[in-house]
Amino acid sequence: MASLLIKGGRVVDPSQGVDGQYDILIENGRVVKIEKNISETEATEVLDVDGLIVSPGFIDLHSHLRDPGQEWKEDIETGSQAAVAGGITSVCCMANTDPVNDNPAITKYIIEKAEKVGLCDVFPVGAITKGLKGEELAEIGLMVKAGAVAISDDGETPKDAKLLRNAMDYARSLGIPVFCHSEDKSLSAGGHMNEGFLSNYLGVPGMPAEAEDIGTMRDILIAKLTGAHVHICHVSSKGALEIIKRAKEEGVRVTCEITPHHFTLTEDAVRSFDTNAKMCPPLRTEEDVKMCKEALKTGIADVIATDHAPHTVDEKMVEFCQAPFGIIGFQTMLPLSLNLVREGYISLFQLIEKISTVPARVINKKDIGTLRRGARANIAIFDPDEEYVFTKEMIKSKSYNSPFLNEKLKGKVKFTIYNGKIVYKDV
Amino acid sequence: MKHLISAEDISKERFQEIYRLSQQVKEALREDRKKFTVLRGKCVVNLFFEPSTRTRSSFEKAGKFLSADVINITASASSVKKGESLIDTLKNLDMMHPDVVVLRHPCEGAPYTVKNYINASIVNAGDGCHQHPTQALLDAVTLIEHMGSLEGKKVTIMGDISHSRVARSDAILFRKLGAEVFIYGPSPMMPRFPEALGVKKLSSFEEVAEISDVVVLLRIQLERQSAKKVFPSLREYAELFGMNRKKLEMLKARTIILHPGPFNRGVELNNDIVTSSRSLIFQQVETGLAVRMVVLSLLCGRLEKLKEEIA
Repeated sequence: MASLLIKGGRVVDPSQGVDGQYDILIENGRVVKIEKNISETEATEVLDVDGLIVSPGFIDLHSHLRDPGQEWKEDIETGSQAAVAGGITSVCCMANTDPVNDNPAITKYIIEKAEKVGLCDVFPVGAITKGLKGEELAEIGLMVKAGAVAISDDGETPKDAKLLRNAMDYARSLGIPVFCHSEDKSLSAGGHMNEGFLSNYLGVPGMPAEAEDIGTMRDILIAKLTGAHVHICHVSSKGALEIIKRAKEEGVRVTCEITPHHFTLTEDAVRSFDTNAKMCPPLRTEEDVKMCKEALKTGIADVIATDHAPHTVDEKMVEFCQAPFGIIGFQTMLPLSLNLVREGYISLFQLIEKISTVPARVINKKDIGTLRRGARANIAIFDPDEEYVFTKEMIKSKSYNSPFLNEKLKGKVKFTIYNGKIVYKDV
Repeated sequence: MKHLISAEDISKERFQEIYRLSQQVKEALREDRKKFTVLRGKCVVNLFFEPSTRTRSSFEKAGKFLSADVINITASASSVKKGESLIDTLKNLDMMHPDVVVLRHPCEGAPYTVKNYINASIVNAGDGCHQHPTQALLDAVTLIEHMGSLEGKKVTIMGDISHSRVARSDAILFRKLGAEVFIYGPSPMMPRFPEALGVKKLSSFEEVAEISDVVVLLRIQLERQSAKKVFPSLREYAELFGMNRKKLEMLKARTIILHPGPFNRGVELNNDIVTSSRSLIFQQVETGLAVRMVVLSLLCGRLEKLKEEIA
């Protein structure tokens, strides 16, 4: 029987409180043993990972794979390749495909195509409303039956509060979370960047942080009303984080995610009208960035997720106000997150919690995000100290829209293992 | 100097030079000397993605008086409507060897989007609500002609500051030249952070009248916004924020009034202001032509030639 022994690494697995030198033996795609000094004779293949970190594969709760319908930007195959190059073995993909993932046929298409590609899990997030129009409920129950792990109208959240209430009620009964892009679009309408000092200087229409705060407050209140689990996506403002903190203290079932770009960059990145720094929510101020880091430290923020949003050069090489929102993020998640460890905000252990252990819990998956005996052998193996320049040639996505292109990064995925097979090797 | 995109690009020294030359150019124009050979063999393209009469014809005349070949392209007639990107339009244009592209575009930062893709120099003739540097130049030149200097002077810009590239350009250049700059207008049209532009908000016309040596009126660009959400009516604007004889009399005796044009009579000003000796609205247009002749010469590296011919 084929078996793989991962030998000599520092294993960090918060799900079982493990941080130390361990070897991991994998058989039939599952972890069978995690012990000190497992003999090489027990395995048919040995992977020497001396000096590297070994952790459960990363789980990204927020991405756009553009498949079906916008395959010129990305597809499930290239998206999977980019994910595993970033150590990510499970990807949740949002419903804004074309056609929209608002019915079980699309959900099934995504899952089956991802299985055929076979590099990582792709967990579809079903739409809340048909066509993401915010008018009628989508077939949430059937999508969940087909494999959807959550629902979201990402891009916005239904304006109709009663509709959202019904969706949350329903989601609670189905045992799935509702992912909310929390924003009062009537306040941020027409904006292209954070509203503030810089937008006033540049004359670019702004999106005030309060639009996000109001949306967050409203979505949380409806979650409180229904008892549903609401997961606030890509939180970027200090105000929204304070609202989430209070909600958590009150016992509302709320979790939230922060993207690496929102804890790394400030609005200053758009000063030169760089369309690769244009995203929604927008990059905000130094104060917001600091609060994002603090929130990850104190646990107000539960998860780091990428909001991987590929757009081609053709689409981004336009005037700032005409460029679409979004940047790619799979391959930069780890190095940017490791900066938080280096800056002393969180430990490596906490980092793995936020990119693997907790995301698994959010989507109610028990056999991923962990290296317990019997769990699926989805594993990220990385060198936290390797420095390199992030070049276009390294990018596995079809799109290159990253503000970190040609920047120096530190921390590199060396191997990614999915269901016991090495699916990515850094060469 | 390769491009003129923002008022930030103009140093104090550079301004002094432009000022001196524009005075000589104006003198020449007034002597009916309207043809120079300074830009012979040079090509200026006016590429306008927004309607404009004054600015476009001003650049056109400036180029022609200096013997440049001038081509006017307006967006409605261009390939942009056929789906071509701005960068590709500029790259195509650049292959026809223009020396200067005068660009007006509704998106903030459009000149920065294209500048690294072409060899020609760019003059920003207005990019969204961001900048309009030649307007700032002509405003400053006009004022200094009349006041001698902007050092220590108080200038109030009145109107829709939030959506005004003129306000942004004027504020930057006037402050560089030593003026203190204030803004006044309906609150929804004021930037949330006036300090971003180095200006201070005034809260009543009485304050404006008391301190201002210069009042710059702005056009209410009702076509730009979902107008009625920002301000209730033109009538109300005219009454509360428009300049009229009564308000003119409240100003200090020597206070000057500017307006970048085109002005809406009966809204931001009325006939009493247009015809008042205190308003320099029409002089601004003449100065604009002179300033643009200097700017085109400057970007084409022909400033020395201009000095020779004009003398």
